[in-house]
Amino acid sequence: MANPKKILNDPKKVVAEMIDGLVLANDGRVRKLPDHAAIVRTDLPDSKVALLIGGGSGHEPLFHGFVGRNMGDGAACGQVFAAPAPDIIYEAAKAVHRGKGILFLYGNYAGDNMNFDIAAEMLEDDGIDVRTVRVTDDVAAAPPERTHDRRGIAGDIYMIKIVGGAASELDTLDEVERVARKAVANVRSIGVAVAAGSIPETGKLTFELADDEIEIGMGAHGEAGVARQKMKSADAVADELLQKLLSDLPFKAGDEVALLINNLGATTMMEMLIVNRRIRQILEREGIKVHRSDVGTWLTVQEMAGFSVTLMRLDDELKHYLDMPAESLGYSRM
Amino acid sequence: MADTLDLKASTDMLRTVSRSVIDQTDVLTDADLAIGDGDHGIGMRRGFEGALESLDATPPDSIENALKAVGTAILSKTGGAAGAIFGTLFRAGSKPLAGRDRLDGEGFAAFLETGLEAVLKRGGVTEGQKTMIDAIAPAARAARTSSGEGLPATVAAAAAASLEGVEATKNMIATTGKARSLGERSLGHPDPGAISVSLILKAMQDFTAKA
Repeated sequence: MANPKKILNDPKKVVAEMIDGLVLANDGRVRKLPDHAAIVRTDLPDSKVALLIGGGSGHEPLFHGFVGRNMGDGAACGQVFAAPAPDIIYEAAKAVHRGKGILFLYGNYAGDNMNFDIAAEMLEDDGIDVRTVRVTDDVAAAPPERTHDRRGIAGDIYMIKIVGGAASELDTLDEVERVARKAVANVRSIGVAVAAGSIPETGKLTFELADDEIEIGMGAHGEAGVARQKMKSADAVADELLQKLLSDLPFKAGDEVALLINNLGATTMMEMLIVNRRIRQILEREGIKVHRSDVGTWLTVQEMAGFSVTLMRLDDELKHYLDMPAESLGYSRM
Repeated sequence: MADTLDLKASTDMLRTVSRSVIDQTDVLTDADLAIGDGDHGIGMRRGFEGALESLDATPPDSIENALKAVGTAILSKTGGAAGAIFGTLFRAGSKPLAGRDRLDGEGFAAFLETGLEAVLKRGGVTEGQKTMIDAIAPAARAARTSSGEGLPATVAAAAAASLEGVEATKNMIATTGKARSLGERSLGHPDPGAISVSLILKAMQDFTAKA
């Protein structure tokens, strides 16, 4: 298969040039740290619990597109698909800290875990209180008894939305951490891959999938899923994804949920809306009420085709934070 | 063939190692594409390019600081799991060299052992999980066994053991990192991080054999 076409300058400079463009697209709401690949809000209140998010680049608008009012206070940006280095995280954390401690919120990957942990140890040496909540929403990555082995995928979006709201309203790091832990315990996602994406610097596709195949549960970097199958209809794919998703938490009749369908990059809105139609039929049949839904593009893998479905079970508190207004390049809600 | 290296020769060895890994970026990329997402090669290249810059910009004043400078560059330039792991290997591994003005077989074995211990703690993994540990752990053991035979023999033993470790990872199923979910599909492929260990040790072996 031919390598993907990309409009770039120097492939080694994609992250630096992308961040420059991202800051400009924010119209003054965020700034880049002078010597590190990190961005922070320019309108940070003087006293608040800080929320630092981050991860590998290449998943735009995640993570650095989610910095703004009632969202992340700052983001540490790694190279494409690689966790940010500890000094980036450390400097970003120092820049967002407002005296009330910092919550680290990121997807559960070995590289992110180690680099954020090293940064947390450096900050603790400085006397700054840091807590860590890792997003573990991908049900395809490990069985329910091993949620700590599950990857973070599009559940990140609702997590940042909710914890961003909580970090704006709640006064202590303890309380913000409590809300984050409740939210992560109630969010589940599963994806389906249709075609691979590529890393700009290598120009190579990250995995191979035949023209007539899809893979249920494939991870955001091409990590193997639960089943490789022949192409099938939108309804059949939605049925399989929902069956795996609903049985996992499990979601039950009477639950209220938020539903997010995320485009991995190259899938059309038309396909996602057709899938959404079927998902809503299933949820209605199961007696699960959709409090709100989001269909769009938030966690991408370059030109990877496919999508993921996220459900979060809500109580009144989670609803409150999810429904707060938010303002960022990648996600805004009035 | 010298039995020990002084500060200047140790620093030159680290430069040679850096250039060697940079030259073999594509080998690592292809190995990682087979069971990962293909970014290991460019990550290691970024790290060792940073190491070269650092060693040139601020010539280290001790062997300990030379190793630490390489580790710090990898930690901050490579990123990802590889940055944390290989950065920790060199940074922690530098500590037993404190106060020593020559690198000998014993010091080299201590470098590998202490680095390994820190990497095990940071990564929360053990041998047999198809990671760089499966190359560095046998290398550290072989280095200790040969540590009384002079630096070149110690490094050669470590390099040979790491290559056997790389071979052994082909028969392992990944249970950590991004390759974990491949399960049995990871069989038959060596671990890219283990290959990096073997490239680093091979470059050290070639250097010490000529020094």
